[in-house]
Amino acid sequence: MEIRKIKADTVTKTVKQLFMDCNYFIDDSITKALKEFKEKEKSPVGRDVLSQLLENNEIAAAEQIPICQDTGMAVLFVEYGDKVVIEDGSFKEAVEQGVREAYDEGYLRKSVVSDPVFDRINTKDNTPAVIHTEIVKGDKIKFLVGGKGFGSENMSAIKMLTPSYGAEGVKDFILETVRKAGPNPCPPIVVGVGIGGTFEKAAQLAKKATFRPIDTENPDPRYAAMERELLENINKMGFGPAGLGGNTTALGVNIETYPTHIAGMPVAVNICCHAARHKEAEI
Amino acid sequence: MAKKITLPITEEDIENLKAGDSVLLSGSIITGRDAAHKRLFELLEEGKELPVNINGEIIYYVGPAPAKPPYAVGPAGPTSSYRMDKYTPALLDRGMKGMIGKGARNKEVVDAVVRNHCVYFAAIGGAAALIAKSIKSEELLCYEDLGTEAIRRYEIEDFPCIVVIDSKGNNLYESEPPKYRVSD
Ligand code: SF4
Repeated sequence: MEIRKIKADTVTKTVKQLFMDCNYFIDDSITKALKEFKEKEKSPVGRDVLSQLLENNEIAAAEQIPICQDTGMAVLFVEYGDKVVIEDGSFKEAVEQGVREAYDEGYLRKSVVSDPVFDRINTKDNTPAVIHTEIVKGDKIKFLVGGKGFGSENMSAIKMLTPSYGAEGVKDFILETVRKAGPNPCPPIVVGVGIGGTFEKAAQLAKKATFRPIDTENPDPRYAAMERELLENINKMGFGPAGLGGNTTALGVNIETYPTHIAGMPVAVNICCHAARHKEAEI
Repeated sequence: MAKKITLPITEEDIENLKAGDSVLLSGSIITGRDAAHKRLFELLEEGKELPVNINGEIIYYVGPAPAKPPYAVGPAGPTSSYRMDKYTPALLDRGMKGMIGKGARNKEVVDAVVRNHCVYFAAIGGAAALIAKSIKSEELLCYEDLGTEAIRRYEIEDFPCIVVIDSKGNNLYESEPPKYRVSD
């Protein structure tokens, strides 16, 4: 395969469009789930909340304004083909510029502060982004991006389980995390789970899981069954839409896994709200 | 049917509101979230004057997105209220009459709501584009340096919310979920 040159500007434009689009247009799988769960929702207040969310998402798409005011911190998973060379700039700067332009020109909220503990000064352009890059074979760049709101991010948790906990231990930890979150992360939620790898790998997988459409399932039937069982059990908790009671607490559970160490079984639970914003593109 | 309330809210309005009531608020409210609360609280602790008069006001926990013309404000849904729990009782004790936010509050806040005859409303988290339609204008009151977190005054019309903690201490987040809980 030959070296392929991609202009920094093309990267910027692609990233900009992805962040604007993901904030205006909700994923089809979410709309489908909101409608289906509305039919099954027992609480009248809950049904009303779900109708309002559907209406909200229609307004956002029609007027191209954000679904939610918390347009999140920008997260990108990049698969970078090893034959790609960036022309007229650097990859990292081109990505940051795309984020900057999207949040500036797209009427998105700037929610990033420069220092986590002491200064906490708004960077005013929503940068820096969180960029996970993997070098793959090929001459393309694939982006999977999302704006992650922190009402739900703050309800996430990770635990270094050990092998003897088994599948039951994994499920218990996931359910416990969702129960603790209760009405706070804007239910109905999407639960992203990462199992395996190391401490940071599990967390990364959990985030990636929240970026997967909820009408898909884990290719391994055992994990797919776990996803279905967890969704059913979460919806027995009663929190319901907006936490005001009901049988729609979650719209989907997505699990991603990775091989791990003989002594470990890390589990990360990344909670995402119904405003599960993600988009992908390849250049 | 939603109850229509014109602000400023009266003691009688508050007396009549029950947890679970759907409400449409019209009139004016103030906004503030994490950083603004921290500043107000510190001023109170130091015994200093506040830069806004909170007496009789309802505060909305919000940090809106920028306004896309012709909107007065950008999408403006509620932010999680629990982060303000530390500061809320002091503000209620000083005459603030209510809050609009989302999510559970701690016992100190519920106690302060009852003690001061106040009310806590929830707006629907994530219904930000829909909520923005009921906000007609905004005016900066103070803390401009906080950007989206500055304290503003909103003129609202039929702003949709639900009473979740009423002046008697009834709390929808406590009372409703158990009704839909299914145990194996
Ligand atoms: S948790 Fe999600 S829906 Fe709720 S305010 Fe945050 S980003 Fe919006």
